[in-house]
Parts: sequence; C-alpha cells; structure tokens
Amino acid sequence: MTALVPLPVLLPLLGAALTLLLVNRPLPQRLVSVSCLSATLLVAVLLLVRAYRHGPLVMQIGAWPAPVGIVLVADQLAALMLVVSSAVTLCVLLYSIGQGQGETGESAPLAIFHPTYLVLTAGVTNAFLAGDLFNLFVGFEMLLAASFVLLTLNGTRLRIRTGSTYVVVNVLASMIFLISVGLVYAATGTLNLAHLAARLDELPDGVRLSLQLMLLLAFGIKAAVFPLSAWLPDSYPTAPAPVTAVFAGLLTKVGVYAIIRTQTLLFPDERAGKLLLVVAGLTMLVGILGAVAQSDLKRLFSFTLVSHIGYMIFGVGLSTVAGLVGAIFYVVHHITIQTTLFLVAGLIEQRTGSTDLRRLGGLARVTPVLGVLFFVSAMNLAGIPPFSGFLGKLGLLQAGVAVGGVLPWTLVAVGTLTSLLTLYVASRVWSMAFWRVPCQTVRPSAPLPGLTVGATTVLVVLGVALTVVAGPLFDVTTGAAVDLRERTPYIHAVLPGGPP
Amino acid sequence: MSGTGANLMSFIAIGVLVGCGVSLLLERSLSRVLLGVILIGNGVNLLIIFGARPGGAPVAGVTERGAMSDPLPQAMVLTAIVITFGFTAFLLAISYRSWYLTGDDEVPDDIEDQRIVRRAARKEVSAVDLGGEPPELDPEQLDAPAPGQRGEGPG
Repeated sequence: MTALVPLPVLLPLLGAALTLLLVNRPLPQRLVSVSCLSATLLVAVLLLVRAYRHGPLVMQIGAWPAPVGIVLVADQLAALMLVVSSAVTLCVLLYSIGQGQGETGESAPLAIFHPTYLVLTAGVTNAFLAGDLFNLFVGFEMLLAASFVLLTLNGTRLRIRTGSTYVVVNVLASMIFLISVGLVYAATGTLNLAHLAARLDELPDGVRLSLQLMLLLAFGIKAAVFPLSAWLPDSYPTAPAPVTAVFAGLLTKVGVYAIIRTQTLLFPDERAGKLLLVVAGLTMLVGILGAVAQSDLKRLFSFTLVSHIGYMIFGVGLSTVAGLVGAIFYVVHHITIQTTLFLVAGLIEQRTGSTDLRRLGGLARVTPVLGVLFFVSAMNLAGIPPFSGFLGKLGLLQAGVAVGGVLPWTLVAVGTLTSLLTLYVASRVWSMAFWRVPCQTVRPSAPLPGLTVGATTVLVVLGVALTVVAGPLFDVTTGAAVDLRERTPYIHAVLPGGPP
Repeated sequence: MSGTGANLMSFIAIGVLVGCGVSLLLERSLSRVLLGVILIGNGVNLLIIFGARPGGAPVAGVTERGAMSDPLPQAMVLTAIVITFGFTAFLLAISYRSWYLTGDDEVPDDIEDQRIVRRAARKEVSAVDLGGEPPELDPEQLDAPAPGQRGEGPG
C-alpha cells in the first residue's frame, strides 16, 4: 500500500511530460490529462480509506530512514485534501476541455494549458503529502511556477499587468518561507516535520515564537488572510474562467492546509491562537464588505473567497478538536463551492460576454439551468440549511461557543454576520443578474457547450452531496482532527523508533 | 575550506543584501523589482549556508567524519538557486512583455485605487461619501423607471 503514496505526485508529473510531447495533437493530449487526473482521484480515494482504517501511510523515498531522507505522509487530513482537490481539478479540466470546443480567439486554450495544469496539480498534491518543510516549500514553488504561467496565458495586456502583482507578491512570500526554513534548520538541525515536533519543544520560547510567526506570515500571504490579502482580488479575476476557478478552490487552501499542519504538529501550544482569532474576524468582515461593494461578478467572488478563509482560520485559532473539525470540514466545503461559483461566472461570461452586474439581467429566463446552478451554490456558500455551508458554519460556531470567552464569542457574532452578508451579496447577484429585466440585450450566442455545463453540474451535485455524506465526512474530519491534536499517530508513523 | 563558519561579517552581508533587495522591491518598475528579488534570493541562500555546521567537503574519504560540513543545506541551496533562477527568468519575461505592450514596465495601481482617483477627479468622492451613489450610477435602480420604458423584456 505504501507504494500508492507518491502516485498522486508522480501521475500528474508523468502526464505533464506526456502532454508536452503531444502538444500538437489535442485529442490524445486531452485523453492523457483526463486519465491521469482520474487515476489520481482513484489513488486518493484508496489512500483515504486506508488512512481512515489503519492510520497514516508513510513512504520513505529511496529507503532513507526518516529524519535523513524525504518522507511523504498520507494521514487522514492529507488524504482527505487529496480526494477533494483531485475531484475538483478533474471537473475543472473537463470544463476547460468543453470550453475549448466552443471558443476561439483570445481566450482559446493554448496547447501549453494541459502540461501546466498538471504540474499545478502535482504541486498541490506534493504540498499535501510533504513530510518535511523543504518538500512543502518545493510543492509550493511547483504550484506557484505553474500558476504564474496559467495566470498570464496568452500574455494579453490586462493579464500581464495583474499578473505582475501576483508574481511579485508570491515570490516575496516564497522568500519569507525560505528564510523561515533556513532559520528552522539553523535552530534545530532538522526539517522533518515529525522530528521537528520534538526538537522545537527544546528551543527557547522567543526563538520558537519567532519561527512560528515567520511561518505564519509566509502561509498567511499564500492563504490570503486579511492584512495580507489585497493581492488576491486584483489578480484572480482576469485569468480564464477554469484557471480562476482552480486557483480559488485550491491555492489558498494549500496555504490554509500548511497553517493547520504547522500549527497543530509543530506549535501545539495556543500562543498564536488569539492572534489567529483576531485576524480571522478581520478577514471575514473586510472580505465580505469588499464583496458588497463590487459590481463585477468575478471580483465579487474573489472577495467572498477572502472572507470565507476567515472561517477556517477561526477554527484553527480556537485550538480545540471541535474547532479543527469545523475548519477541516469547511475547507472541504469551500474548495468545492468556491470553484463551482467561479465556473458559473465563467458560464455567464461565455453566454453573455460580460460578468458586469450592471450589464447583466434576465438570465433566469434566458438560461434556467444556469439559474439553478448559481442559486444552489450561492445558497450553499451563504450557509442556508440543509447545505454543507450551513453544517460547516454550525460546527465552527458551536466550537466557538464551547470554548467561551470574549474573543470566541465575538468571532461567533462576526461569523454569523458574515454569513448574513454573504446571503445579502448572493441575493443581490441573483436579483440583478438573474431576475431583473435585462437592461442590455444578452449576446445571442450559441447554447453553452454541454461539457462545461455538465462539469459545473457535477460540482454542484458534489457540493450538495457533501450534505448527504455529512455524517461519514464528519467522522473522517473528527478522526483527522483528533490525530492532529494528539500528534503521536503522525510522529510514530514517520519515526517508528521515536525521535533520535 | 574549513573556515570559521558564521561570523558577524557574514550576517552583515546578508542584512545588506536583503535590505537592498527590500528597498528595490518597493520600486514601481518591474526591472528594479527583479533586481530586488535576485538580491533577496542571494541573501537568503547565504543565510541557509551560514546556518549550518561548517567544515570540509562532505565526501567520504576526503574529509574526516567529524570535520565534515553539513551537506543538507548545500543541497537545499542548490534547489533554492534553481527555483530563484526560474522565477527571475519569468519576471524578466513579464517585464519585457509589459514593456512591449505598454511602453513601460511599471506595476499598475490596483483597480480600487484607480476608481477612487477617477472619482476624485470628477469630484464625486464627497458626494458618494455623504449621500450614496446617485440613482443613475446605482445599478440596483436601473430598472426602476416607469413600465413604459421597460421594453418588451426577453423572449
């Protein structure tokens, strides 16, 4: 079974090489990338089942024993993230293939799209599986390099201008991450996460705290937590729809995953808890207020993305098992829903040629299917029962109430307010784009390609299915959270003989 | 080379490199930002090297076991150099493309800033701050006029 662990990284990389060879032959290229991602999804499901039943799976690459060699670890959290991310990337890939059939000109997909997309996937899975800090860094860099290319596809003026902000900010974040990796190694002499968990405890308090804050700073930029989030709504909306969708779904969540992993495994004390709570509240409020002020659909969704990152940070900041359960569940929910919303925005753009709310109108009558897709996922995001957004928010709020105290109660209030404001934003989009009598005629384009609508529908159904399987899903997230808080399952799996 | 490893001078050098890099990062021109990234990257690489145990070349048979330097940071720095190199090349490509398309390589203002500047130029900021948007700018009221002006509607 351990042989399965590196496959989620290897399969997409292999696919990237193959699709690069097949650049001039669209059909085989598409077949290769779809089958690679399907195989990744299958492997991820197997890993999750195995990790749920028998604990973490560890692969020591090259058979070098743990603190020396590179390890890949698939515990419940990593495996769950793998399953969700590969399902979402597969759907978005299908969407982009469907879009390619219907479009020409500037937004037509290039042959380079498939290899880059697969490298991005490999970077994401590598970050999830990484068992040491430097490998985590390499995973981040892989997905970043691919995201640079995807964000500036075709090199149009607008994409270059917004892309330059994205590149500079993210290179800076990588530098900060690299500095913290260097400092961690200088202070402890190891980078293996399980080994670090023991070694970091021996450090003086001040050194530990500064290392923790450096790592939080680097991951905070990647996850777009409030004071570090201004780059996101500026750079995401200009990219092609599938690219924005997969960025919104996955890239920020990799940052959140890194925060969860390091805060629980390396720094299990609750010293950063208050800081995280304050930051989480600000992220929720500032993000959603930004969304209220927007009139462009894609920018609006970028702001709700920033805002809802706050919920996950809230769960981590509570530093309890219940908080972590809520945070992990929310990550799963949010990856699915935010991707869906951006895909729907892409469909609207394809149908009408615009995502500007001031120009849209009457879509509910023109394309009822689009109306249903948007309505279900928007209500899901806002947290209307019985959707998974409601369950995730309920879990987090209950965890906050259970902790008690001024700050958690404030966060509970802010969380509720943000949820209501999200509902306001969603209903505003609904009434302007879908219900209003159209003020400008909708572009009489051909009907939407079946594959794009199909892929989006699958994602919407997945989002709804999260409610149906909420029981087992909460079992898995609870298992993951308990393992994270105990730390021993992870450490024992990586270092069976105890830390040297 | 079995030097003394980390000393004050090396850390001052790292500080100068990173400091110059940060001040270059704050510039608007992408080519200066690029130079800043290169300087910071080199500073960080030095930091990683100096953070580890110094000593002779870590090759069995060349150096005594106890006198070897730590090979792991050297491997990490190699990886980091490659990554920084790739990013530098990409930034260079972007700044060239930006110059090619627009005649300069400056990082633009973000959209909200541009909006505020435009409104200030039309002296709208105060009106918006005091009384909300005028009805013709408020998209939510676009279909408010009398039914006669609505047209037929879709379909």
